[in-house]
Amino acid sequence: MTELLGIYNYWIYVVLMMIGFYGVIAKKNLIKQAIALGLFQTGIFLFYISMAVVDGGTAPIWTTIGDGSIKALGPYDNPLPHVLILTAIVVSVSVLAVALAIIINIKWKYGTIEYDEITAMDRASGGGDDD
Amino acid sequence: MIDIQANLPALIVVIPLLGGVLATFTGRGILPWAWASLVTGATFALTLRMMATLLQSGAPYISYELGNWPRWWGIEYRVDLLNAFILLVVAGVGFITTLYARESVNDEIAKDRHHVFYAVWILAITGLLGITITGDAFNVYVLLEISSLTVYALIAMGKDRDRRALTASLRYLILGSVGASFILLGIGYLMMVTGTLNMEDMHNQLMRLANLDTNRTVLVAFAFLLVGLSIKMALYPLHMWLPKAYTYAPSAVSALLAATATKVGVYMAFRFLFGIFGVGFSFYAMPSHLILLAMASLGIVFSSLAAIRQNNAKSLLAYSSVGQIGYIVAGFSLANPDGVAGSIVHIFNHAVTKGGMFLALGAVAYRVGGTDISHLRGLAKRMPLTCGALALGGLGLIGMPLTAGFISKWYLVKGAMGSGMWGLVVVVLFGSLLALVYVWKLIEAMYFGEPTGRSAEAKEAPLSMLIPIWILVALSIYFGVDATFTGETATRAAAGLLGGTP
Repeated sequence: MTELLGIYNYWIYVVLMMIGFYGVIAKKNLIKQAIALGLFQTGIFLFYISMAVVDGGTAPIWTTIGDGSIKALGPYDNPLPHVLILTAIVVSVSVLAVALAIIINIKWKYGTIEYDEITAMDRASGGGDDD
Repeated sequence: MIDIQANLPALIVVIPLLGGVLATFTGRGILPWAWASLVTGATFALTLRMMATLLQSGAPYISYELGNWPRWWGIEYRVDLLNAFILLVVAGVGFITTLYARESVNDEIAKDRHHVFYAVWILAITGLLGITITGDAFNVYVLLEISSLTVYALIAMGKDRDRRALTASLRYLILGSVGASFILLGIGYLMMVTGTLNMEDMHNQLMRLANLDTNRTVLVAFAFLLVGLSIKMALYPLHMWLPKAYTYAPSAVSALLAATATKVGVYMAFRFLFGIFGVGFSFYAMPSHLILLAMASLGIVFSSLAAIRQNNAKSLLAYSSVGQIGYIVAGFSLANPDGVAGSIVHIFNHAVTKGGMFLALGAVAYRVGGTDISHLRGLAKRMPLTCGALALGGLGLIGMPLTAGFISKWYLVKGAMGSGMWGLVVVVLFGSLLALVYVWKLIEAMYFGEPTGRSAEAKEAPLSMLIPIWILVALSIYFGVDATFTGETATRAAAGLLGGTP
C-alpha cells in the first residue's frame, strides 16, 4: 500500500494523461479538443519531472566551499529531464498555438467549431468520401 | 571560413534551418521561391557530398559531436549508409519539388503569403533531415515536432482552394501530436532504464539488462514507441489522418509529404526497433513482427480497396500511399536481409514514383482546376506529357517489370519466401492486382474518355512543372532498369541494421 502511495505522482500523471486522452477522443468542440491535447501533454511533463527525483535531493547547484573547491550542496535531482521538459513545454505551446490558429480559420470559413456540424457541412458540399 | 568537410553533418541541418528562418524576410514576388530553391539545392549538394564522403572513407559510420560535447552528454549526429541514403532521398525530392513549386504555389496560395509558405516549407524539410541524421533519441522528438508543426501549417494553407484543408490539418495535428507524445513517453521510459539519450548507449545499456524481455519499463517503452511510430508512419489502421491531409493540401505539399514524411517515420522505426531495442528483442522476444505483418497486410488490402472507390485522383493516390507503407512495413518486419533491403529500396522507389505522380496531378490542378477523375477524362489528348508521367508512375505502383516498383516487390517476395511467409507473398501479389485496378481507373479516364469543360481547353503544363515531374518519373524508370546503386546500398544498409549497429 505504501508502495502504491509512494509513487503517487505517477498515478497523477496517468490520470491527467487519460483525462486529456478522453477529451481528445470524446469532445466534439474543437477548442475543448485542443485543451484536452494540452492536458495530455502536461501529464507527460509531470512524468519526466517525477523520474528526475532523487531521495533527499535538492536543486543541482554547485558552489565554492570553504577550501576553494567547487562542490554540489548535497545529493541533487537529475537536471537532465527538467531541461528536456523545458523543450517539450515549448513544443506543446507551439502545438497549441498552431491548433488555435487553425481553429480560428475554421471558425471563419465554416462559422462553427463543432465537429459534428463541420462534418455535416462537408458531407453536404459533396465529395463526402468515406471516413 | 567554416570547414565545410569537417562540419558536413551539422551543416545539412543548420543551412536549411537558418535558410528557412531567413526566408520570412524575402518579401514578395519571385524572391521567396528563388531563395527556397537555393537553400534546398545547397542542402541537396551537401547530402550528395555526405554520401560521397561516407563511401570514400569506407568506415561504417561518420560520427559528429555537436559543440564538441562528448556523445554521452551532448547530441551526436551519426551518418551511416542507411541514413545517408534517406538524407539523399529527402533532400533530393525536397529540391525537385521546390523547383516545381513556383507556378503551382503562385496559383494556389495568396501572393502575400509566399514568403511564409516557403519559410515553413524549408523548415519542414529541415525537420525531416534532422530526424534522419541525429543519433540522439530526444533530438528525434524535437525535430519530429519541427517537421510536424510545419507540415500542419503547410496542409492548412490549402484552405484558399478548399476549406476542408483546415479540418484535415487539425485532424492530423491532433493525431500527430498524440503519436509524438507517445514517442516522447517511450523515450522517457527508455531513459529511466538506461540513463542516457544517445541511441548507441541506449542499445548497449539495454543489452546489459539481465531481464530485458520481462523488464516492465522496457516493455512499456516498446509499446508506446510502437504505437507512436505507427501513427507517424500511417500504418493501417492508424492512417486516418493521411488521406484527407494529402487530398486537400496544396499540390506541391502533397508531393513532398507523400515522398518524404511517412518515409522518415519508417526510418524512425528502423532506428528504434533495430537500433535501440535490437532485432532480438523487437522481432523475436516480442511478437511485434506478427502484429506489424498483420497490420501491413490488412493495410495493403483495405487501403487498395479504398483507393479503388475514390472519385478524386489525389485521394486515390493517398489511399494507395497507405497501402505502399504496408509493403514497406511488411518488408522490415520480416527481419531478414532481403525483406529489410526491399523495405529500404521501396522507400526510395515509392518516394520518386508517388512524388512524380502527385506533381503530375498538381499540373492537372493547375491547368484544369481540379483533380477529380472527371477532370482527368480525355486529358491525354490535351496534356500528353503530364498524363504520360501519371501513367508511367501508375505502372510503377503496380510493380510492372522495368519500373522501380518491380525491384522492391522482387526483394519483398524473395524475403517473404525466405521466411516461409507464403501468406505475405499472396498479399503482395493480390495488392498488385488491386493496384492495377485503381491505376487502370486513372488510365481509362485519361486515355479513353472525351474531355469536357475546362479539360477540353487545357494546354500542356508549363515546362517549369514538366521538367521536375519527368525527372522523378525518369528516376523511377531508371532505377527499375538498373537497380545496382539502390539495390546494393539497401542490401548493405540492411546488413548493418540486422547486425545490430545503432
